[in-house]
Formats: sequence, C-alpha cells, structure tokens
Amino acid sequence: MSDSPDPVVERNVTEQLARFEHHRHGPIDRLQHFLHRYPTMVPVIVLILSLIIFGLISPNFFSAFNLSLIMQQVAIVGTLAAAQSLVVLTAGIDLSVGAVMVMISVIMGKLSIDFGVPVPIAIMIGLFCGALTGGLNGFLVTRLKLPPFITTLGTWNIFLALNYFLSGRETIRSQTLNAEAPLLKLFGERFTIGGAVLTWGVVLMLAVFAVLWYALYKTAWGRRVYAVGDDPEAAALAGIQTKRVLMSVYVVAGVICALAAWSSIGRVGSVSPTSFFESNLESITAVVIGGISLFGGRGSILGPLIGALIVGVFNSGLRLAGVDVLWQLFATGWLIIVAVAIDQWIRKISS
Amino acid sequence: MTEPLLSARKLVKRYGRVTALDSADFDLYPGEILAVIGDNGAGKSSLIKAISGAVQPDEGEIRLDGKPIQFASPLEARQSGIETVYQTLALSPALSISDNMFMGRELRRKNIMGKVFGMLDKPAMDRFAREKLTELGLMTIQNIDQPVETLSGGQRQGVAVARAAAFGSRVIILDEPTAALGVKESRRVLDLILDVRSRGIPIVLISHNMPHVFEVADRIHIHRLGRRLCVINPKEHTMSDAVAYMTGARVPGGLAA
Repeated sequence: MSDSPDPVVERNVTEQLARFEHHRHGPIDRLQHFLHRYPTMVPVIVLILSLIIFGLISPNFFSAFNLSLIMQQVAIVGTLAAAQSLVVLTAGIDLSVGAVMVMISVIMGKLSIDFGVPVPIAIMIGLFCGALTGGLNGFLVTRLKLPPFITTLGTWNIFLALNYFLSGRETIRSQTLNAEAPLLKLFGERFTIGGAVLTWGVVLMLAVFAVLWYALYKTAWGRRVYAVGDDPEAAALAGIQTKRVLMSVYVVAGVICALAAWSSIGRVGSVSPTSFFESNLESITAVVIGGISLFGGRGSILGPLIGALIVGVFNSGLRLAGVDVLWQLFATGWLIIVAVAIDQWIRKISS
Repeated sequence: MTEPLLSARKLVKRYGRVTALDSADFDLYPGEILAVIGDNGAGKSSLIKAISGAVQPDEGEIRLDGKPIQFASPLEARQSGIETVYQTLALSPALSISDNMFMGRELRRKNIMGKVFGMLDKPAMDRFAREKLTELGLMTIQNIDQPVETLSGGQRQGVAVARAAAFGSRVIILDEPTAALGVKESRRVLDLILDVRSRGIPIVLISHNMPHVFEVADRIHIHRLGRRLCVINPKEHTMSDAVAYMTGARVPGGLAA
C-alpha cells in the first residue's frame, strides 16, 4: 500500500474533480435550481401576477396615480424593511425597528420644537441616536451573546417606554411643525411625474435600497455580512471578525431606522408617539415575502422592496375591489406562509 | 540535514485538569508531507491548533524559519503564511467559489471606486481564483460564480485546498481532508495534496486513514499521550507497526524522539 498509486487512476482524478456541474432532471428540478440561483424571482413573479390580476378586476388600479399612491403607502415600511433585511441576512431578527423609528421621530421633533435646537442639528442627533440604538442591540447580541429575537424583544419595550417618556404621550401637531420645523416634513413633500404623485420619502426608500445593494454586492463588507449569516463558524475560521461585522450590521440598521423616522414625520404630517405600532412586524413581513431566508445568508436585498410593494398592491387592489379590510390581513398571512414554504423548498437543494 | 521550517519544542497545553499537550515536540521540513497520526484524545488536534494559532500553548516554543513566533489567532498564523484547511472546510455554502477563496482578504479596485467606496475588484478576484484552481488541475470550471453548496464533497474540498494553496506561502495544514469523502473523491484529494507538495509547499496532514497516510506521507509523526512518540519513515514501517505504536501495543525501538 505504501507504493505509489496506479498512475491511470491518478490522472483521471483531476479531470473528474474539475467537472463542476449539477445533474438536472425534470422541469420542477430546473425551476428549483433557477429559483435557488435567483431567489428574488419568486417575489418578482408574485408582484407581476398580482398587478395583472388586480388590474383586470378594477380598471382604476392601473392608473399612474394609484400605483404611485401604493409607493407612498409602502415608503416607511419599505425603508424599515431595508434595515430589517440586514439583520435577517445575519440570521437575526430585529423586533425593535418600529419602536426605534417612532422614538427617533420624537427625539427629532422634541429637540426642534421644545428645545429650540436648529432642525438640521436635531436631525443629526436623531441619526446618531439611531446608531446608538443599533449599537445597543449589537452589543447585547455580540458581547453578551443573547439571541437577537430576545434582545430586540427587550429593547423594543425599552425604546417604546422611552418614547412615551420623551414625548409625554403628546403629539407634535402638523401646524407647529409647519411653522417651526418644516425641514422635518421634507420627505412628505410631493412631486409629480406624468400622472404619478411621488413623495421624497419614496425616493429615500429607493435610495436606501440602492446604497444597500451596492454595499452588499460590491464591497467586502457585504460579502462578509452574507458569510457571517450563512455560517458564522466557517466565516470566523476563514478569518472574518464576525462580531465586528454583526455590530456594524446593527448600527447601520439603527441609522436606517432613524432615516425612516425622519421620513415618517413627513408621511404622518405630525410627530405621533403612538403611530406605526405594527411597523416592526410589517417590516418582517416584507422581508419574508421578499425571499430573504430567516436562517440567514440567503436572499437579495431588493427582495424586501418587492415584498413591501406586494403587500401594498394587495391592500390597494383589495380595497379598490371593495373587499373588507380583514381580507387584506388574510391575504398577507397566506403570502407569508407561502413565501416561507418556498424558501424551505429552495433551500433543500443544498442537502 | 536542512533546518526545519516549522518546529515546536516542549509544548504544554492544559484544559483544567486535562493535559492535552504534555511537552510535545514537532518538526516540519521544507517540501515534505508530514502526516500526524494518533489515537483519539492523543492531542493531535491540540498540537495542530497550537501551530495554526487557534489555541495558545501554556508553555513551550514554536519557531518558523528558526525564529520564535506566537500566534494570538488563526488570522496571525495566516499572515505568516500558514494556512489551515479545517475538517469543516470553513466555506460559506451560499457564496460563490470566488467569494470563498477571498473570504476575509478581498481585493479592492485600485481606482477611486475601490479606495473611497470600497468596490471589490471582482474581475481580478475571479481571474485569480480561476488561475489557482487551474494550477491544481481543476481546469474545466465553467462558472466561478457558482455557489459552493452546489458542488460535491470532493469539489468543496478541492476549493478549500486551492484556497489554502493560493495563500499558504509557507505551510499548509490539512485536518482529516478525506474523512467525509467516498473512495473516488478521496483519491482526487490525495492527488491534490501531492500536487501542492510538487510546488514546494510543505504539508501537515492529520488523518485517521492509514492507507492514505502511508500513500502520500514522507514522514509520519506518531502522537501518543500528549506528546510525540516517534517519527517513522513509511517505507521502513508497515501500517500495523504504526497502529501498534499509536495504541501503545508496541514501543518503537531506538526511534523515540
């Protein structure tokens, strides 16, 4: 046995090893492989189908005005979904995004109106506080090694309480903002392109997704975020400082929540400590429907944008068709379940 | 005889009351394949972890090129040119072959986009990955962007070895590279190992598989009870000799280090 091996066998070896191919069978297998390669195609197909169906049901649906209205309606949840996506890509979940957003909007509003801080500085402080909230979540997850779900369940309550404390449960009214801090309502400003009426909040949402897309696909940081979410032990052995990557993800998510806070003031028109109570769950819904795997490391950042739009299209379409609001919830519920089922099916490929 | 490239003297590592390394020695010479064998719990993996920077020995000295070194982490060992292919491979299944090869040491563009916006130099990374896989005879790869999880076990091992060979300028450590593989795939990996040696990089091979060890190793380091029992030449000893030394059934005559 200690003699040199059969040279014929030896030569075949590398040739065999070199064949990087999979064995395709039926159309179902091919679809599975296609979706595995392009996971965003699932929400894209669902979005196109739902647009066609609702367009056929109600003639008003396809107007530029209605479609742009959907964009306006999803702008806030869509921006939060961008932050949520980052955390979910690392196999975590952030239940605190909504509470952070509302708290930061209160901070920006209070500083500008009650404390006379120049509005741009109040906004900067708000963004910084967003980074701090993310830093707190990141610290608890990476240093104390608490599960993200529990960590953010805790911080959700904490930020909510701080939000009520800071605001005194009082709304800063629209007229006050108009008079003293119009800059806070910047992202609610409308402009028209053709028949479409868009807000700067929509532009902000699209810009956040564009920047994240670049960061995740074109920079080393993005590749590392995926690697840490995919298999943290492997990433660490391959030389990635996983804690640092996780920390950066939570901080960036916090800053995006603060941007969403600024945008939300424009959307609501006032600073209300009781608004957007369910936005954390809505952001998770958009992420899941958008095809980002809750197990981390899989899915495109553009998926949640489409996921948010799908929810918006369903809500708008069902409303225009004169269906009771409860069926919007019903449809969203099934969308989530189907999306997760498809994710599980696609993931089977790796085993 | 030439000087050892990587050596260790009197390494001690204790975990509570357990002494995993008990004054262990180790020598790796340039251009050789050194197999490290030993029974379960003999301290093989502690030894390997100590020289790859994954654990820090309590006592003893490690020298690279005759100079004493201390690694605080695997990252530092890598920076000194010591690459380890772990049994788990440390690949990210959802990422591409190219992404995996450059994990943690990505190339950035040399222009403004790279310097200011951190843009990756994807073409250069793909080219380099393709080149390295070609060098190891993995030539007909169609798609360097293919996720690693779509590859077979042997192909994944191939990518991990190629990564180590691409960056491991001094030493490559392979931990049980054939343990999870079938007969055919094991053959391919052994071939890769011989290929890497032929390019002048010494290899430390940890394995339980005696036929594989005897086939490729130039020298065999037998680890027993936390220390080096002996180093044997596979041409002068049989597999049953090695197993007997390993398990303590026989004591090597005049070979003890």
